[in-house]
Amino acid sequence: MPFSHIPEHSIYAMITVIIVLITASIIQFIISHKHPDKDYTELRQRTISWWWIIGLLFLFLVMGRTATIFFFAFISFLALKEFLSIVSTRQADRTVVFWAYISIPLQYFWVSEAWYGMFIIFIPVYLFLFIPMRMVLIGETEGFIKAAGVLHWAVMLTVFSVSHIAYLMILPGGNPLAGGIGLVLYLLFLTQFNDVSQYIWGKLLGQHKIIPKVSPNKTWEGFLGGLLTITLTAGFIAPYLTPLTQLQGFAAGVIISTGGFIGDVVISSVKRDLRIKDCGNLIPGHGGILDRMDSLIYTAPLFFHFVYYLYF
Amino acid sequence: MKQIVKRILKILFVAVIVKPIILIILGLNIKDRQKLPLKGPAIIAANHNSHLDTMVMFSLYPLSKVHKLRPVAAADYFLCNPFIAWFSLNVIGIIPLSRSGSIKKDLFKECHEALDNEDILLIFPEGTRGEPEKTSKLKKGLYYLCKDRTDTKIIPVMTHGLGRALPRGEALFVPFTCDIVIGDELPAFNNSKELLALLSKNYSQLLKSCLTYQENR
Repeated sequence: MPFSHIPEHSIYAMITVIIVLITASIIQFIISHKHPDKDYTELRQRTISWWWIIGLLFLFLVMGRTATIFFFAFISFLALKEFLSIVSTRQADRTVVFWAYISIPLQYFWVSEAWYGMFIIFIPVYLFLFIPMRMVLIGETEGFIKAAGVLHWAVMLTVFSVSHIAYLMILPGGNPLAGGIGLVLYLLFLTQFNDVSQYIWGKLLGQHKIIPKVSPNKTWEGFLGGLLTITLTAGFIAPYLTPLTQLQGFAAGVIISTGGFIGDVVISSVKRDLRIKDCGNLIPGHGGILDRMDSLIYTAPLFFHFVYYLYF
Repeated sequence: MKQIVKRILKILFVAVIVKPIILIILGLNIKDRQKLPLKGPAIIAANHNSHLDTMVMFSLYPLSKVHKLRPVAAADYFLCNPFIAWFSLNVIGIIPLSRSGSIKKDLFKECHEALDNEDILLIFPEGTRGEPEKTSKLKKGLYYLCKDRTDTKIIPVMTHGLGRALPRGEALFVPFTCDIVIGDELPAFNNSKELLALLSKNYSQLLKSCLTYQENR
């Protein structure tokens, strides 16, 4: 059996996701054939991109821990690059930006070594102190504060936060029927499902704007509908994929749904500030990688520390 | 025979080095790729901030077409060292051009031969990479090259961000996602002033579609 090293429940979870994706593709196919006059290019691109995202993710998850760590390190690289490209950096800081990239292999090396202490302070402490020092050596003081802030924030968002997903893979113990993959699947599935549910509830019932200055399309009805959906789903699947009890699963659902919403609007504010619609066009139909990862930037560390506090 | 060897070298270079570096390590936001001319005679008039500009253009072409794209490059810069000269002429397939300023009769001989061969010329009308992320004054050479050619279309192309990734005079390559926007074919023009005005207008228009460009940067 090629998949025998993967815990049983995680295999079922992956099969379920693929069934959901097949269903969504069939629905999309039927819709665009019923209304051939309308343009469904974006919907079609979106579905195809989902196949790519999920296909690649599952491929690396199945290949094991090291492959998964490489996968998320590469995602961090793409996200950091995208972020640094849309914000302004000073030409003088090119070397410092280079060091920011070097933090990626280091951070994921701590993950692969399961060196929790280093993993958790490397970027918030050491890189935080290193960036301004390296900038001082260059000596350009005009715009120093903003440049140092932007660089550190960029690494926190795209490397520190995202690396928590990889660390879920290597947490020891946990649920023997689901393993580390179970936690990763649980987090990723609920975060993405939360985006979809908030969108659908908002479309169905949306009346009262929740944060009109940042995202005029977000409503209280969408947020609360998503919160309810995710809380219930999270509670029911928690015992299968995680060491959490059902009650703790409900709490995890609240954390993921709320955190996902906040991550989404934080990146929306970044885009508003820069007056751009998408962060890039790497993923057809979705935009840039940050447009897809926005919620995860919040849910990954929040969910990780919730589980870590309770079980590890 | 020599042409085949050159073509194979170029395909290998683009497939093994250019495409992986440009598309994965650097990363591009490509806009209006379908406007890229795949058949000559045509001239791509791009802004110039980095050596990467040429590599980015190659990365956009399918491997079966890369031999058609011929960068027009400064003879004084690219032919000064024997290794770089060999590489530029035989692998990249540049058309060397003298930048001394005097307009000799056969200055564009090789360019015309290439255009007659339905090649696509890559020309940087600024003539130099200049300062990062700034468009320098456009030169008139492009006009003298194509004033008598009715068969050749000129496509303006704007890149942005490459001056951050690898600016002039720097050896350290730092990854940044860059923008590349392909414009529409330029309309007819009567003199060099008109051509340069058309080009500048197109560049500033295309610049607005660049994600990495902020007016208040």
